[in-house]
Amino acid sequence: MREIFVKAARENGLVLAFALVGLVALLSNFLSRKLTFGRVQGSAIAILIGLALAWAGGKITGGSKGLADVAFFSGVGLMGGNMLRDFAIVATAFEVQPQEAKRAGLIGAVALLLGTVLPFFVGVCVARAFGYTDAVSLTTIGAGAVTYIVGPVTGAAIGAKSDVMALSIATGVFKAILVMIATPAAAKFMRLKTPRSAMVFGGLAGTVSGVSAGLAATDRKLVPYGALVATFHTGLGCLLGPSVLFFAVKAIFPN
Amino acid sequence: MFIYGTALLALCHLLGAVLGDMLGAALGVRTDKGEFANVGGVGFAMLLLITLRVWLHRRRLLCATSEGGLHYWGALYIPVVVAMAMTQNVVAALRSGKIAVFAAAGSVVVCGIFVSLINRAERTGDDDAAGEKSD
Repeated sequence: MREIFVKAARENGLVLAFALVGLVALLSNFLSRKLTFGRVQGSAIAILIGLALAWAGGKITGGSKGLADVAFFSGVGLMGGNMLRDFAIVATAFEVQPQEAKRAGLIGAVALLLGTVLPFFVGVCVARAFGYTDAVSLTTIGAGAVTYIVGPVTGAAIGAKSDVMALSIATGVFKAILVMIATPAAAKFMRLKTPRSAMVFGGLAGTVSGVSAGLAATDRKLVPYGALVATFHTGLGCLLGPSVLFFAVKAIFPN
Repeated sequence: MFIYGTALLALCHLLGAVLGDMLGAALGVRTDKGEFANVGGVGFAMLLLITLRVWLHRRRLLCATSEGGLHYWGALYIPVVVAMAMTQNVVAALRSGKIAVFAAAGSVVVCGIFVSLINRAERTGDDDAAGEKSD
């Protein structure tokens, strides 16, 4: 009996991954509604569950690919691999409305640029303070402080090690959750009232899930404005991370 | 047709990947494996898709069904990220967990201060934006 299940899983790896991720999403949306009353977005909880499963997989097998190292769940490696990940990220660009984006104007662009450079700078400084010295690791961790997408995309492009990639993603996930929880509390301090202020916030806070969940808990009308700018964030980060920012770090820390 | 949208996405993805590799080669960036690194490939693919979409819409060449083949993959973005999270080397990352906490908290605080500063400075120029909101 066990043999039959293992064979079915092995021969349908990607399909099993779809089912598993769907199940995790169902569970996390339930937890989001019941435990946090929607304050923490389902997707953030799903990612945390995913990281927990990766931890379990790593503990069981001693490998470096998390759950994908467990033979039964090897299909997760294909679903979460570089090819499908980049494919799905590129697809989100289709939802960006250039006309709407133009209305965000100069201040949105400035916020976007600051929202990429500032977290990157903080991330690099922290990584440096904790003993990382090579440009690849510093850049990958700095990029993770931008968003949890920019981190791994940058890391993959410049050839970072898996543990640094995981650290980079963890940084981005921590940041997304912090933005979700802190936004409603700090809304007054940040003067989050107008669409324009939401665009500034979207550009600087960056992470799409953090911005949309944080704004939803503050003022529902502001969500599209913040998310609009935030959707550019990942693209800009993916463009600048492995190029300009990497070269800047390489110039300062040449080893 | 559904596949048109997906094929368009695939085309942008591939072109972006090639452009990213070309930039990587032009700049001489190599990965640990000695191959040329992909520099900004995903970003190029996104810019290509945004530009192509505007162009196709102007000529009404993309029907709703074709767009469905694109939206589907955009909607799969979070699930794919969840699957990606499942394949990370978390065991190794947890050994240096303080970095993640400090880097995340630090960047959130710094960005929050900048949001506040910019929004306070733009206070007088917000009349237009406020007017837009009321319609």
